Amino acid sequence: MSQQAVNGVQSRGKVLTLDNMNPNVKQVYYAVRGPIVQRAVQIEKELKEGVKKPFTEVIKANIGDAHAMGQKPITFLRQVLALCSYPELLEDTKFPEDAKKRARRILDACGGHSIGAYSASQGIECIRQDVARYIEKRDGGISSDPDNIFLSTGASDAIVTILKLLVCGEGRDRTGVMISIPQYPLYSAALADLGAVQINYYLDEDKCWGLDVTELKRSLNAARQHCNPRVLCIINPGNPTGQVQSRQCIEDVIRFAKEEHLFLMADEVYQDNVYAEGCEFHSFKKVLFEMGPEYSNTVEMASFHSTSKCYMGECGFRGGYMEIINMDPEVKAQLIKLVSVRLCPPVPGQALLDLVVNPPQPDEPSYATFMKERTAVLAALAEKAKITEQIFNTVPGITCNPVQGAMYTFPRITLPQKAIDKAKAEDQAPDMLYCMRLLEEEGICLVPGSGFGQREGTFHFRMTILPPTEKLKIVLQKISAFHLRFTQEFS
Amino acid sequence: MSVLQEINPNVRNLKHLEYVVLARRANQIKEELQQVLAACLDPTLVNSDKLPADARQRAQRLLGGCVGGSVGSYTATAGISEIVHRISEFITRRDGGVPSHPENIYISPGSQWALTNILKILVNSKSSSQTAVLTPLPSHSTTSLSITSLGAVAIPYNLSEEQGWALQMEELHRALEFAKGLYNPVALYVINPGNPSGHVQSRKSMQDVIRFVSEKRLFLLADEVYQDFVYGEHEFLSYKRVLAEMGPPLADTVELASFHSVSKGFMGEGGLRGGYVELVNVDPAVMKYIFKKFSMDACAPVLGQLALDLMLNPPQPGDPSYPLYNVETRNIKTAVANNVKRACEVVNSLPGFCCQPVQGGAFAFPRLYLPPKAIQKAKEMGMQPDTFYCLRLLEENGVFASPGCEYGQKEGTHHIRFCILTPEDTMEELLGRLTSFHTQFMKDFS
Repeated sequence: MSQQAVNGVQSRGKVLTLDNMNPNVKQVYYAVRGPIVQRAVQIEKELKEGVKKPFTEVIKANIGDAHAMGQKPITFLRQVLALCSYPELLEDTKFPEDAKKRARRILDACGGHSIGAYSASQGIECIRQDVARYIEKRDGGISSDPDNIFLSTGASDAIVTILKLLVCGEGRDRTGVMISIPQYPLYSAALADLGAVQINYYLDEDKCWGLDVTELKRSLNAARQHCNPRVLCIINPGNPTGQVQSRQCIEDVIRFAKEEHLFLMADEVYQDNVYAEGCEFHSFKKVLFEMGPEYSNTVEMASFHSTSKCYMGECGFRGGYMEIINMDPEVKAQLIKLVSVRLCPPVPGQALLDLVVNPPQPDEPSYATFMKERTAVLAALAEKAKITEQIFNTVPGITCNPVQGAMYTFPRITLPQKAIDKAKAEDQAPDMLYCMRLLEEEGICLVPGSGFGQREGTFHFRMTILPPTEKLKIVLQKISAFHLRFTQEFS
Repeated sequence: MSVLQEINPNVRNLKHLEYVVLARRANQIKEELQQVLAACLDPTLVNSDKLPADARQRAQRLLGGCVGGSVGSYTATAGISEIVHRISEFITRRDGGVPSHPENIYISPGSQWALTNILKILVNSKSSSQTAVLTPLPSHSTTSLSITSLGAVAIPYNLSEEQGWALQMEELHRALEFAKGLYNPVALYVINPGNPSGHVQSRKSMQDVIRFVSEKRLFLLADEVYQDFVYGEHEFLSYKRVLAEMGPPLADTVELASFHSVSKGFMGEGGLRGGYVELVNVDPAVMKYIFKKFSMDACAPVLGQLALDLMLNPPQPGDPSYPLYNVETRNIKTAVANNVKRACEVVNSLPGFCCQPVQGGAFAFPRLYLPPKAIQKAKEMGMQPDTFYCLRLLEENGVFASPGCEYGQKEGTHHIRFCILTPEDTMEELLGRLTSFHTQFMKDFS
């Protein structure tokens, strides 16, 4: 059999070609793992092969992967997972009792006492119960039904599943989905993939990326001309923008969703990542219920959470869940059917989620260490958020909104007209040109703002605040210096 | 459980014969996986003498392939590069030297996930007629559910029960002609060894299928998750290998996706969600979009990737754990071969019950010849006759089998499916209970 060749087509054409493949997939663009990352990986290979470069390593500040940047896993979480993985260790005295207790409980809930067994498609029942209890506690006692909890393979899986359920119709009736600009490109990719209509509502950069209902109304009314808007997605705390919505804003959004008869999707994966003074995480569920039965009995909603972010940073486990509110029971039956296609979410991820919602309590042996580690991670992120804002704002041509939450900064960069022209001539987004140059010159990988959406004529990049503090400071300095050079070169 | 549970929600509470899948009882394999994963999860164990040296070394090596040395990091979209390479090496070894290229392999959270992604690429919602995929009947419902959830249609081709559930070329032709009239058929899905059928395709049958997809310009989807379980004188041949050995032009042109997983076979670690797809002869331009599709999922769960690595790189002769591993896998194979023999013997000895030879896979799928009174009773209760049979079997004798109607079957025929990958004593127990239930049932409804 011949090696896969670039020109693999012989005398007859391929069965599966660009022309007859799913046209929607051709529209899919997921910037976080897009061309700049592919170039970064290539450069890493070149470095390994000994190619000389102005830097010795590529710093991948493109993806929200905390462990990749050196953040240490939380001891307690890994202890319980190790016990679940190899139950013989339950005899080992080095593991604390509270870890063993949780491991035993999880194993009891698994088929054949093994995390290797398939679980129910919706997720292990006792874990869903624990998630419901966690939500109740978090939301001041508002009840949560375990049967409305669906564990998933990361939050992304649940988000795509709900979108799948919601998207239908043809032509002018095609489902429209509202999403913020800027947004996390899983949404735009999923909407392209599903052939749904993406409806953009702009966050206000001048108001710290705040959300305004008038903007929601404007975008919805415009969209009604060409599609059937049914869904409103909101990421809080925001990605890439990091803003933490005020309670008032959340109420406004809920009211808007009710008035306009929209299904609300609340992506809350960064709920523990809140740094700025005066900012607080309010779950959409909590606010909804506190607005009274007129809203809490009617607004249809799904909230999403994950084990990939917050203080855990366990992206590789693909753990997550969604809670659905006020879903039509017949639709829910279809949802249950739909999730069965994937068989079940990864059981280690389910187990990890169980620990996140069931952390050590003050009277337990692991509590002190756990809290110390958790606090340290979040405090470091808060410090890095501040440093990032400070340093970037000293650079002429870079404006950085406060990083109120999440894990990223999304500063606005002023690009010289010559650079913009050069990029356009090369059929490249100007901020992509900028980021590619930065990658080649300094070995720092960021994602251009064009990958997230931004107002016409503005340029940004998204950088994670995950590298260790000292390294982050160096990265910030390097980017600052690069920016000045770049501006100089193209002036 | 699905159909039975819909009918009687209390079914989940019924006590039934617990059978731990035999494969997961394989201590050597299981224990090594557990130890390696534990050390990867809690790297302080890498230096502890609680775990054997080779497990610790393996964990250390695997952690070296994880960014930041943590199984909590995302990996590259297609999977940890070293593991993807080792998968391609495994495939080459398995296929007698037929080369396999890492860039054609994607690790995914289970084989169904990869199958859905590939189906996604194949389904063209913008074409004038609905995309169709030919699927076997009987077949596990997950695949047809994936197909329909993507807006395509699953067109069944009937496997021939009298020929041991073999695939018949005339039937493929018939199904395709039928599909062409109404839809846009783009792919043929085969599962070998079969589920629930237990059929293992001969090389000739596979060659016929390959010629068919080539002539009819269909994409071939080969689900090979049961490849480790083949019995008697049967041999598993991968579609990739058969294709390669047919030589050009077919070897260079037939477009194929092969799927495998840790969920079956000697691992049986379905909960870890580790699987992969290997793509063959796919247009490089399309491969770019396959990458994009997979990249939306971020990556497969890292523990699933590690389990895949362990499954495909078992102890080799010369390794300290090889003797025990060898003995255990041989024992499992012997036990299952015995189960297969006993299951067929017992079922075939009972009136109104008949089982085709189980050549491979995890299940027996015998046919029930139900008395008219039983069929009538089922109708009155508003359920399919084989569902009625299975519900009774579960309620009265605590044996869980699933009804043939869940898999599709010829009109007027009835079947049940039960797992044969159990310890031998469990199989005997199951067969004993099945015998007494069946005998009584046939008597009650005669």
